[in-house]
Amino acid sequence: MDKTVNQKAWFLVLPVFLVVAFSAVLPLMTVVNYSMQDTFGNNQFFWNGVGWFKELLDPSTDLGGRFLASLGRNLFFSLVILAIEVPLGIVIALSMPRQGWTVAACLVTLALPLLIPWNVVGTIWQIFGRPDIGLLGYVLNHIGLDYNYVSNDIDAWVTVIVMDVWHWTSLVALLCYAGLKSIPEAYYQAAQIDGASRWAVFKAIQLPKMNRVLLIAVLLRFMDSFMIYTEPFVVTGGGPGNSTTFVSIELVKIALGQFDLGKAAALSLVYNLIILIVCWIFYTVMTNAGVERKVQAEKEPAAEPKPSVALKPVPALKPKEGVA
Amino acid sequence: MHSIPGRRLIMGLFLIFLMLPIYWLVNMSFKTNGEIISTMTLWPHAPTLQHYRRIFTDESWYSGYINSLEYVVINTIISISVALPAAYAFSRYRFLGDKHLFFWLLSNRMAPAAVYALPFFNLYSAIGLFDTPWAVALAHCIFNVPLAVWILEGFVSGVPREIDETAFLDGYSFPRFFIKILVPLIASGIGVAAFFCFMFSWVELLLARTLTSVNAKPIAAVMTRTVSAAGMDWGLLAAAGVLTIIPGALVIWFVRNYIARGFALGRV
Repeated sequence: MDKTVNQKAWFLVLPVFLVVAFSAVLPLMTVVNYSMQDTFGNNQFFWNGVGWFKELLDPSTDLGGRFLASLGRNLFFSLVILAIEVPLGIVIALSMPRQGWTVAACLVTLALPLLIPWNVVGTIWQIFGRPDIGLLGYVLNHIGLDYNYVSNDIDAWVTVIVMDVWHWTSLVALLCYAGLKSIPEAYYQAAQIDGASRWAVFKAIQLPKMNRVLLIAVLLRFMDSFMIYTEPFVVTGGGPGNSTTFVSIELVKIALGQFDLGKAAALSLVYNLIILIVCWIFYTVMTNAGVERKVQAEKEPAAEPKPSVALKPVPALKPKEGVA
Repeated sequence: MHSIPGRRLIMGLFLIFLMLPIYWLVNMSFKTNGEIISTMTLWPHAPTLQHYRRIFTDESWYSGYINSLEYVVINTIISISVALPAAYAFSRYRFLGDKHLFFWLLSNRMAPAAVYALPFFNLYSAIGLFDTPWAVALAHCIFNVPLAVWILEGFVSGVPREIDETAFLDGYSFPRFFIKILVPLIASGIGVAAFFCFMFSWVELLLARTLTSVNAKPIAAVMTRTVSAAGMDWGLLAAAGVLTIIPGALVIWFVRNYIARGFALGRV
């Protein structure tokens, strides 16, 4: 289905453009403005050029050291999160019941953590992990583990990671479940005729069908874990020491804690730029995946699954437009 | 759909893992503070409603919930109403800069709230909206509008183009077609998009806290402040936490049948 060229469509997009421009472009201009200046309070600003940016990327300065350390921690955190949540989410999606009331019950329970305000998520785990009043901390300490997320770096990390797995694995699982649901039963019958093993079915039918939703899942999870703020802030406050201080926490400390506007603005811009680049890579991959599917489906328009189809990557039944 | 061996066990264990911390919160909200601190009990031995009573009778507590719901609802209405026409445009037409515009929208969904906290504070103070629900509602548009466009675009693309053409041949004007035909057709999509706007606005704290001080303070901020001021009133904190979970749980129940498709942004 080709889209028609119509410049009047801009009128339909205009409201969105205005709303988002108001809340994105204006503030961003302020940030750019601040990032070039220094302030000693009293609304007096001094031109500082690219000074903050130089400092930011130089690990020997205080600002640069803090930024790069928190960036490293944040990247490590995001990678660990993805490595746990994506496979676990797939397994959970595959474990969903097939029909009956249990499906709705599972879906609602899975979605529940996603709708809890982030600071309450922090509160829940702060309480749950405490050795004196929390079930988890109490049990761990009673079976002989010395667990205390307030004073031990590793315990703090484990708590933050388990908390994130608790909070967000459902998102991956629900996305994968949506992908799995769209596979027609005929594909499985074809696979059965071929005598395909469980693993072959997963690799040849289910995984390719989940490709697109998995991409969305990875994108959302990477982005959200890369800008995580509230949950670790509530649980550990960035500590012990600086061990769980992620980029957003560092940024808020500098901006709203110390009111170092210039430094904070420079950090914001670099932070935003990193996110923009990663976002662009994902977007390109996603759009291309959409185009490829379309081309593939046009080459092979037959919707009837042939028995041999099961062991090949399966073409989409209904080609959808790319993202744009 | 074909599942894996041991699926009941896996699902059961995972659901227990999800529910256990929530159970602990609920459990604590019904205990007296004495019981919480002195003993480790798996269920409240002397159940009490004192914490809930305090929240429902103390205005500084319950007004927090009203403030939160207020900006969440305003935000959802704004997001959906501006996103609908745009989703239609992105789904049906090609126009100058459409791909760039879409990417720009998407990138705003991904922008860290921490970056915007301070500029928003300046902006909304300057135009006199600071400490009103409108400030938070507009600020949350930065991530909810792109998301709503993204979801609705998927649902609009699912509506065959022939329907538009037939309607126009029948003499429908564009606004009339839009309201009378398109909106009812993608009603479930609108529900899902509204659910997501509600969800992301409801769970966000950093911007909501930065943009309010007294009159529009969201419940999340009330929780953090009261706790630090009054020592550690664990029971009250737990009760307040439980009450923030309820609106979300209610909303999920309404969209449970569309939830999976919604999380896939309408494009499965």
